[in-house]
Amino acid sequence: MVKVELWAGLRAFTGGERTVEVDAKNIRELLQALSDAYPGLKPILDEGVSVAIDGEIFADSLIEPVGPENEIVLMQKIRGG
Amino acid sequence: MAFDTQTEKQFKYIGTRPKRQDGVDKVTGHALYGADTYKAGMLHGAIVRSPHAHARIIKIDTSKAEALDGVKAVVTRADFATGLTGENWNILENIMADKTALYDGHAIAAIAATSNLIARDAVKLVEVEYEILPHVTDIKEAISEGAPIIRESSIEANVPPDHHKNITRRFECGKGDVDVGFAEADLIVERDFTTEAAHQGYIEPHACLAHMTADGKGELWCTTQGHYNVQRICAALLGMETSQLRVTASEIGGGFGAKTTVFIDPVALALSRKANRPVKMVMTRSEVLRATGPASSSWSTVKVGMKKDGTITAAQATYRLQGGAFPSAPSESPAQVTFAPYDIEHAEMVGLSVMTNRPKQAAFRAPGAPMGVFASEQVLDEMAQELGIDPIELRLKNAAKEGTRGVHGPTFKRIGLIETLEAAKAHPHYSIPLKENQGRGVACGFWFNFGGSTSVSMALSEDGSVALSIGTPDIGGSRASMALMAAEVLGIPYEDIRVTVADTASLGYNDNTHGSRVTYAVGLATIEACRSAVKEMCKRAALKWGIDEEAVSWEDGYAKPSGPNAGDFEPLPLKAIASEMTKTGGPINGHFEASPNTAGPGFATHLVDVEVDPETGKTTVLRYTVVMDAGKAIHPDYVEGQMQGGAVQGIGWALNEEYVYGKDGRLQNTVFLDYRVPVASDLPMIDCVIIEVPNPGHPFGVRGVGETSIVPPLGAVANAVSNATGVRQTDLPMSPPRVLKGILEKQKANG
Repeated sequence: MVKVELWAGLRAFTGGERTVEVDAKNIRELLQALSDAYPGLKPILDEGVSVAIDGEIFADSLIEPVGPENEIVLMQKIRGG
Repeated sequence: MAFDTQTEKQFKYIGTRPKRQDGVDKVTGHALYGADTYKAGMLHGAIVRSPHAHARIIKIDTSKAEALDGVKAVVTRADFATGLTGENWNILENIMADKTALYDGHAIAAIAATSNLIARDAVKLVEVEYEILPHVTDIKEAISEGAPIIRESSIEANVPPDHHKNITRRFECGKGDVDVGFAEADLIVERDFTTEAAHQGYIEPHACLAHMTADGKGELWCTTQGHYNVQRICAALLGMETSQLRVTASEIGGGFGAKTTVFIDPVALALSRKANRPVKMVMTRSEVLRATGPASSSWSTVKVGMKKDGTITAAQATYRLQGGAFPSAPSESPAQVTFAPYDIEHAEMVGLSVMTNRPKQAAFRAPGAPMGVFASEQVLDEMAQELGIDPIELRLKNAAKEGTRGVHGPTFKRIGLIETLEAAKAHPHYSIPLKENQGRGVACGFWFNFGGSTSVSMALSEDGSVALSIGTPDIGGSRASMALMAAEVLGIPYEDIRVTVADTASLGYNDNTHGSRVTYAVGLATIEACRSAVKEMCKRAALKWGIDEEAVSWEDGYAKPSGPNAGDFEPLPLKAIASEMTKTGGPINGHFEASPNTAGPGFATHLVDVEVDPETGKTTVLRYTVVMDAGKAIHPDYVEGQMQGGAVQGIGWALNEEYVYGKDGRLQNTVFLDYRVPVASDLPMIDCVIIEVPNPGHPFGVRGVGETSIVPPLGAVANAVSNATGVRQTDLPMSPPRVLKGILEKQKANG
């Protein structure tokens, strides 16, 4: 299981929880597990999100491995100019 | 891609300042920009635009225009793809209205004719019947009771039902419990701030030449920050396969984020498809200002709690950004960015995207961050004054460092904020005495920086020179930076490397030149592409010497035997290996493709001194110093160029620039005479101090520098003007009438 910290505005879809645990070995599985466990998150995840793992922000990657030892933060997709 | 051992060696080319490769073409006028492309039989396109801020389109009658001699094609929304969703639909809706004109200048139809004059005459002959609808252009009015609701269908799922229906997105982040934090505070300050929309102000207007042929293939030449993105969007909007459209990026006369999307390119393609001839389109300045995206205007509320010693105990903020008549304002950005430079235990940040009847906002360097920092850095400045603490010391006391968990969520790795603050404090600028009516401002800024998808290829010629192909338009000298990195890896002179921005059919996919990503990500790919060629060259040398390729090393442009059993051979220079490459296994090329994610965050501290004329309210910038962490400056001239450019654009945004809408919802200042960007005579030389705290995620330590530089200036200049006048500047722009009004009100209050 990995712990995922969600941005605060998503609490409404997780029963008020800021940090949730899901079973996942990489970002693809993590996002799928979040959608399965909290269907209200699906449209937001489908819009595109970034995932920060131990301080590094993965804007698009689905393959990056995640584990229980990682700090995982779900972020709004970063936009540059 | 980790920071590597080559960085520990003395660089030979990195950090030098050779002439840019495109310099001669640009100073002699030979460089081809967006409007410089021509084709036999070319038509000229022009766009019919809405004169109303909000109106239902009842009928479009193009018959008189089509009857005009020389008119070859007319297109409306019916000539574009149907069934689009998400951002593709929003882009199409922005570049060609469907049922409703959503802002003054919104495109309604387009004409292609044999001359530009005929096309513009034909525009006047298109008869559009409108039903005028109520409009709103001001962000505060847009979320007031009774404001017309612009597009309720765009509200995202996570916006609570009690929010105003013009709020389309809500983002919230933070940590701890702000109630606890505020209870610990000795001083709490809460203020509201507003900023106006600012255009990116690129000198070159949008321009393109499109040619669709009868077999469904297309060619497009255009000015853009990302031709692969143009290809993808245009193919979707035209309903064609992506690979059937080849896009070539011209030289670019500025973009600053706004050329990461499209406005006229799909229209020119649609006209060309209908006319079966090439079509050229060039926007006028008025069209650029009315119908391309400026940065959002904003309304922010910021509250900070602090102990007497300057420790921030809590920060709470709501940032409202208007994105025009589209759900795209980057309101999550100030929520994540503005307090990220500080180690704060309790924080709660909210971002709200607001719809108005204005053009679709477009990215502008660090989208959303400058307006948030305008608010947060002013509150910190005010509190430092109230507590009698030096503003840099206050920031040092709270500064984020490696291991700090940012208010946006992730924990920082090695960052250079403290180094920028220490350098600013030690800079002579900070100790120059100030005279009457003068003030000094300090502000810090943070930007994430970005990696993005990247493809690079290099080809060795038989004479030993190198052709390097990249897929990111060169905005700020990136060809020079790539050549320097290739020279460093290959060990050949900078002048022996020619860097070309390849078209979409000649190189694999590349993300835009945006997100401060090019020197980092394309640089990383360049290094790895060259290293793959070096590996092959070592192999060729090993073959020649009859030894294992592992026994060959590459050093300063030579293959050398290395290790105890390698043997004694004369080092082979790159030129010798290149000269016989076709006889030793074939051409030697290198390539690298990746989506790197280790862009190091950028931090900066800005210092500015101003003088305010108490009789007119006019602000003169006396001195400006940018201190920024570049990780490793590959070509320092172009790092400094980014630092200076960001500061100058921020000064303009702070002091002069604004969108002025009339009561009719029409933009009043549609030329540069009325929308005034700073020019050289308005400014002092912007002093630059490059800090180099290497990014652990890049072989040479590079961090992006293109965006962080515009994050602090709005706050820094506002702090300086506030300190010069004794009046806190809560609204932008700080134009002479607004500043004078504050001075007079203060004088009146003081009797």
